[in-house]
Parts: sequence; C-alpha cells; structure tokens
Amino acid sequence: MNWIDKQRNIVDFALSSLLRRWKKNLALLCVYTFVVFIVASVVFFAEALKREAGLVLEGAPDVVVQRLVAGRHDLISRGHMEKLGSITGVSDVKGRLWAYYFEPSVGANYTLVVTEEAAGRPGTVAIGAGVSRTLQAGEGDLIAFRGHDGAYVSLEVARVFPSSSELVSADLVEISEADFRALFGLPDDIYTDLTLRVRNPKETVVVADKIRRLLPDTRPILREEILRTYEALFDWRGGIVLAIFAGAALAFIIFAWDKATSLTLEERREIGILKAVGWETSEVLLMKSWEGIVISLTAFLLGLILAYVHVFFTSGTLFEPVLKGWAVLYPRFQPVPFIDPYQVATLFFLTVVPYTVATIIPSWGAATIDPDTIMRQ
Amino acid sequence: MRLRKSSAFIAFTVINVTGLALLFAHGAVERQRQAPVLDEKRIIVQRLGLTDLCLFTDARYTRNPAVADRSTPFQDNPMSLDYFPSGSILPPPPHLRAHELDR
Repeated sequence: MNWIDKQRNIVDFALSSLLRRWKKNLALLCVYTFVVFIVASVVFFAEALKREAGLVLEGAPDVVVQRLVAGRHDLISRGHMEKLGSITGVSDVKGRLWAYYFEPSVGANYTLVVTEEAAGRPGTVAIGAGVSRTLQAGEGDLIAFRGHDGAYVSLEVARVFPSSSELVSADLVEISEADFRALFGLPDDIYTDLTLRVRNPKETVVVADKIRRLLPDTRPILREEILRTYEALFDWRGGIVLAIFAGAALAFIIFAWDKATSLTLEERREIGILKAVGWETSEVLLMKSWEGIVISLTAFLLGLILAYVHVFFTSGTLFEPVLKGWAVLYPRFQPVPFIDPYQVATLFFLTVVPYTVATIIPSWGAATIDPDTIMRQ
Repeated sequence: MRLRKSSAFIAFTVINVTGLALLFAHGAVERQRQAPVLDEKRIIVQRLGLTDLCLFTDARYTRNPAVADRSTPFQDNPMSLDYFPSGSILPPPPHLRAHELDR
C-alpha cells in the first residue's frame, strides 16, 4: 500500500469517526467557522482601511501648524503665518479655515471647510453625501446655518460630493471664506491652523524643529505623523482592531483549551480498540490529526470566504454599530480589497495550527496508555 | 460505485479553495477598478487640505484624531471620563506622546 492510499484510508476512517458524532462536530464546525469569520473580517477590514488611509492621506499637507493655548488647540494669527514663511525650506504657507458645526435639527456634526475654489461662489456650499442624506438636501436646495449671533444664514447647495468619496467627505461642507467668517464671526487675520509646503521632503523634520524653536506655542504635525495615526488605529496590537479581535481571540482560546483538555470516554475507548486491533500509536495520532485538519481546514476556508463577502460585499455590516457609536452621520463606504498571502498565512497559523495541535495532545496521552486499561474505564 | 468519504472531502476542499481563489481574483480586479476612486479621494484630500478620514463624527477628537490635543477627551472637566463610544476604541495618535506641549 503506497503512502497516499494509506492516508486516504485513514482520512476515510477519521471522517466516519467524525460523522458518528455528527451533531457535536457540526456544532463545533459552526462555532469554529464563526470565530475564523470574525477574526478574518477584522483583519481584512483593518488592513483595507489602513492601506486606503495610507494612499488617500498622501494628499494631506506636508506640515500642519496648530497653536496650543492652555493645553488646547486655539486659533492662530496671520503674524504666525508670516514668521513661518521666513523659515528656510518652507515654500508655501497657507491659513486653513475649518470648523465643526452641530446641526440640532438632526443631531449631526458637520465639518465646514474653506477652499479657494469656493471663494468664487459665495452664498453656495458643496456638501458631502452624508450631509445630503441627513438633511435630505440636494443640488439647488437651501441649507440654513445658525451663525455666531443666533441669526440663520441660508446657503444654496451647489454640488454634492460623490458618494464613492464618503470615507473622506461624508460630513464635509465646503464653504467660501467670506461666508465662513460671517457665520462664525472670525476676524480677517485669524485662521484655524496653518499648512506648510516643504520644498525638500527630507527636510520636513528639520523644518518642524525650526517651527518649535521659532514659535514655542505651536505644534507642527507632519504628514508622516498623520499616516502613523491611522497605522496605529488599525494596528493589530491596539485600537479598534484589538477591541473586536480580543473577543474573538478569547472565544478561540476557551474553545481550543476545552478541546485540548478533554477527550470523551467514547473517544478514549475508540483509541483503545484501535490499539487493541493492531494500530500503531503513530497511526492513531495520524487519524486524530486528520480529524483536526478536516474540522479546522473546513472552518478556515468557510470562515475566510464568509469574511471576504462580509467585508467587501456588504461593507462590514456587523462592524457598523462599533464604528457608528453615537454618530448620527455615518459614512457609507465600500472598502477596497487589499489582501495578500501574508494575511491569509497569519490567519492560518492563528486558527488552524493551534486547533490541530490541541486535538493531538489529549489523543497522544490516550494512545500511549495500555489499550486494556482504556477499554476497562 | 459509492463515493469514498475522503474523495468527497477532497472535492469539498477543492471547491472551497477555488471559491477563495476567485474571491482573491475579484480583489485584484476590484483594486484596479477602484484605483480612479482612490485617486479622486486623494485629490479631495489635497484640494481641501484634509488631515483625517471621516470614520467617526460623534466627537471632534475622533473625527480628526491627527489634529486633536490630549485634553479633548476630558473637555468638560478634568475628572470627566471620555464618554463617546468612538473614544474608547480610538488610541491616542503616537505623535501626541512626543510633543512637549502635550505632556
């Protein structure tokens, strides 16, 4: 009998053994598949958003300079802007105007952003798809904003950002500088923060150091730091991923531990009979390994397929309540499938290998005891 | 002739692996298809000078974590705990631990 035939006979026997206890094994397969599904969904979702954040935020300013007063972010003056312009290596300094706006009628928070393009069309705004959804406003409609003096200002919706860009624009309201300053009562020489363009990207750290020395009440934030913020958010070891991952990992540990420490009387008797009829210990272990592989490989493949469908076809519906929190305005987005063999290999070693090992250990204990002793238990 | 159980298992596994491979192929096609959409988002970020993704809109320090300061989760008073759900899953940005004004 060649090696393949022997393995197939053992697989046949292992499958018969699993089918004899089909209710228990089916329940086991369902739970295992669910655990793999959750872990894989988290990994796929986090990696997709991390990669997308990296690509999209490449367009972020080289350096953002904020003024801090008493530990809080404060508005910054034109005087700061002029000083920053004198730093060698800085090619362009711009004042950025942006603000948060709470809309009490729907309970949603919007982000108002001023752009140079909007200056040409005062009295109008471009809104994100999320704003459009919550206010049920489209092109040509008027939106009323409550100004700093309590008076309402109506602005016409000139454009709605495409819904495919919701991950960056869902809550945005693009507004002209004149309307923004009138709405919030800001004087002309005040900005929310400043953005810098640095001529040589390698000099950004040096420029940031110069900013700290020249303007000690400010804080420069580099684009690399912005990118690292999102890497940290979607990192396996912390943040949102850990919050979801921890529950699934704990379930898996309990599950594997239960399997590793228990072998039913029926299973022990089966091992005893196999030994008594002439099976070698290695063959018993091989049969038990196949039992573990059949369950874990099936659960792994099904879990991975379901996770892919969940994340990339249904936009990770199960994660929506976690991301939504108390927010009324929630961006609807379809993650781009950034998956690679490394992720699949990591998931394989995190799920299939521990379970298979957990199956073999108690069987090895039973297979090394005298068959007569086991059968008399 | 009856199908051997091992043959059924192999066939089932092959179907699953093929299904997974097709999904991964879908991923590759989708990445190509979504490339212009990603470019469009990058252009919006560049044009508007944005620093953050719009993931959470409930609290300002989770809407724009990259430009938040350390005291914002305790904005109501120094003993007030962070009560926004998004604040509990969003770690502080790494650079907030580095700057002297944030210590």
